[in-house]
Amino acid sequence: MSDHNYVPSSKLGKWFNDRLPLLTLADHLKEYPTPKNLNYWWTFGGILTFCLMTQIITGIVLAMHYVAHADLAFDSVEHIMRDVNYGWLIRYVHANGASMFFLAVYIHIFRSLYYGSYKAPREVIWILGMIIYLLMMMTAFMGYVLPWGQMSFWGATVITNLFSAVPFFGEGITNWLWGGYSVDNPTLTRFFSLHYLLPFMILGLVVLHIWALHVPGNNNPIGIDLKKPSKDTVPFHPYIVIKDLFALLLFLIVFAFFVFYSPNILGHSDNYIEANPLVTPAHIVPEWYLLPFYAILRSVPDKLLGVIAMFASIFILVILPWLDTSKIRSAIFRPIYKQLYWILVLDVLILGYMGAMPAEGTYLLIARVATAYYFIHFLIILPLLGKREKTLSVPLSITEPVLGGSPNPQMIKKKELD
Amino acid sequence: MKNIIKLFFIIFLSSIFLNKAHSAGEKISLLPVDWSFKGFFGKFDRGSLQRGYQVYTEVCASCHSMKYLSYRNLLEEGGPEFTEQQAKAIASNFEVTDGPNADGEMFTRPAKLSDKFVMPYANVEEAKVSNGGAYPPDMSVLVKARSGGADYIYSVLLGYEDPPEGMILDDGVYYNKYMYGNKIKMPQQLYDDLVTYNDGTPATPEQMAKDVVTFMAWSAEPHLEARHKIGFRALIYLFIITILVYFSMKKIWSRVESEV
Repeated sequence: MSDHNYVPSSKLGKWFNDRLPLLTLADHLKEYPTPKNLNYWWTFGGILTFCLMTQIITGIVLAMHYVAHADLAFDSVEHIMRDVNYGWLIRYVHANGASMFFLAVYIHIFRSLYYGSYKAPREVIWILGMIIYLLMMMTAFMGYVLPWGQMSFWGATVITNLFSAVPFFGEGITNWLWGGYSVDNPTLTRFFSLHYLLPFMILGLVVLHIWALHVPGNNNPIGIDLKKPSKDTVPFHPYIVIKDLFALLLFLIVFAFFVFYSPNILGHSDNYIEANPLVTPAHIVPEWYLLPFYAILRSVPDKLLGVIAMFASIFILVILPWLDTSKIRSAIFRPIYKQLYWILVLDVLILGYMGAMPAEGTYLLIARVATAYYFIHFLIILPLLGKREKTLSVPLSITEPVLGGSPNPQMIKKKELD
Repeated sequence: MKNIIKLFFIIFLSSIFLNKAHSAGEKISLLPVDWSFKGFFGKFDRGSLQRGYQVYTEVCASCHSMKYLSYRNLLEEGGPEFTEQQAKAIASNFEVTDGPNADGEMFTRPAKLSDKFVMPYANVEEAKVSNGGAYPPDMSVLVKARSGGADYIYSVLLGYEDPPEGMILDDGVYYNKYMYGNKIKMPQQLYDDLVTYNDGTPATPEQMAKDVVTFMAWSAEPHLEARHKIGFRALIYLFIITILVYFSMKKIWSRVESEV
């Protein structure tokens, strides 16, 4: 991993480290040279690790009290809320934790888009991240089914029905997913099993994600390659650790506000009605973090093409490192990309909003335009722009612009203050 | 280019705003109530909870179950906080089926604190057939199961009116200003002096609605008071530690020529 040679000071430490170099690993993590100009958008990696651990720990406790059975699941959740000691706290942390997890992951992804962190030599980090994101969506979806409320049941029905669009095998696939001819007890039990399994797969991928990060090292706001270690870097501990901790605490304040003062605001009230296969809710909407994809799905008139468009919208991100042809990483030095970036952010927000609205009239029209723009941005604009855009000149090191050697000292200075 | 983007932003934001305003204008705004349990330090009004239980048991309980409540909950901290004797007396008014006994027979006995609230009907089908085909929903989590929450249920309880001209209602269907779709199968329940409060509070429909909805809000969220209390402490703790960490961070980063 690291090229420095670490020798533990104690004899026992040396003995152990020769057999399993855990101490070398710890030393590597401690000394890991990190660009010193990272702004607060870079603290979300640490926040996400915290989110994952919180979900796993609260989830394990919830699983001790939850009953995965169609007749008992809803009651067992109420049992957790009422009779389990601090069950309400654990469940609200877990439920809101999912939303906070996605909030953080979206910031993390959009940070990467702004500063070009997905570009060479970090493509593998990016792809691993996208697989993690995909697994997160699957895990969250299946977790939302477990309380077996109305939205759980009907959300599961709508999403699993998407696979019926597959030609020839559609019905077979949905029946296989359900374990029967409709969403029922077998569906619930397998979702519970997978909801318990996937987070540990995510954890494994996170280890790979971080490992892959530690090979080239962090990208940074000005997006240049750094000599490591050098004047441009600081050791991970204590500099980045304390900064990540500070950001995490700010994040926790928001988190705590949701958990303690509006724990149900991000959920849907229909999910406090027990699942009833005979009564369909007026509007079936997924959780907020899946809304943009839901909007893409619904804006295509054909079911199969809609499903393809939805999956394509994620797959496009996987191949993004090859779609963006620009050699410059950071948007700071790409004046046109910078503006298009914000339009994309807006576009995704519009898609999210339209996903929550009924798919009709003006809403549908706007959703269609936004869907089209989403694909145009990645498939047409980015490949062309990279070749034509006039970029600003990039400084040679982080310290250089601060000392005033760059053609854009103001801009860099400003970025650093962020 | 920049101006175009700005313009686009402004148009988008204002359209969202207009849209929100438009849809808000269409919806009837719910009756405003000053709930004691809202806000950072919100707590249930004990008197209101006890009166609410009385309204529930004397008016609602003949059709609506509250299956997640046990009689012991009535004396627990953060709830109506009846005394143990009161709660035991309340429980003993109800009969529950227990068993089998040593002879293998089921028997009935007065309810104990550990028993769940006795349900008005044996099953959903019986509930439906007794109520013109409509199932009176279980009230334990109803406040969380309706958008609008406590305000919505309060408004529905008081929202009975004559139907607008031209609207024809089937037998057993009533017009309600606040109900989704304005049609409800539950007739108006709350009339002046329907119950007699022990503490002398005048039993107006508004008072009874407020009390019973407070009771339902507690039933939906029995640990709300603990949540508010712990939450406040957690936030104070987080604020303090955040400030401490902030200054530590400043100190540590002062060693390098960079800003945080």
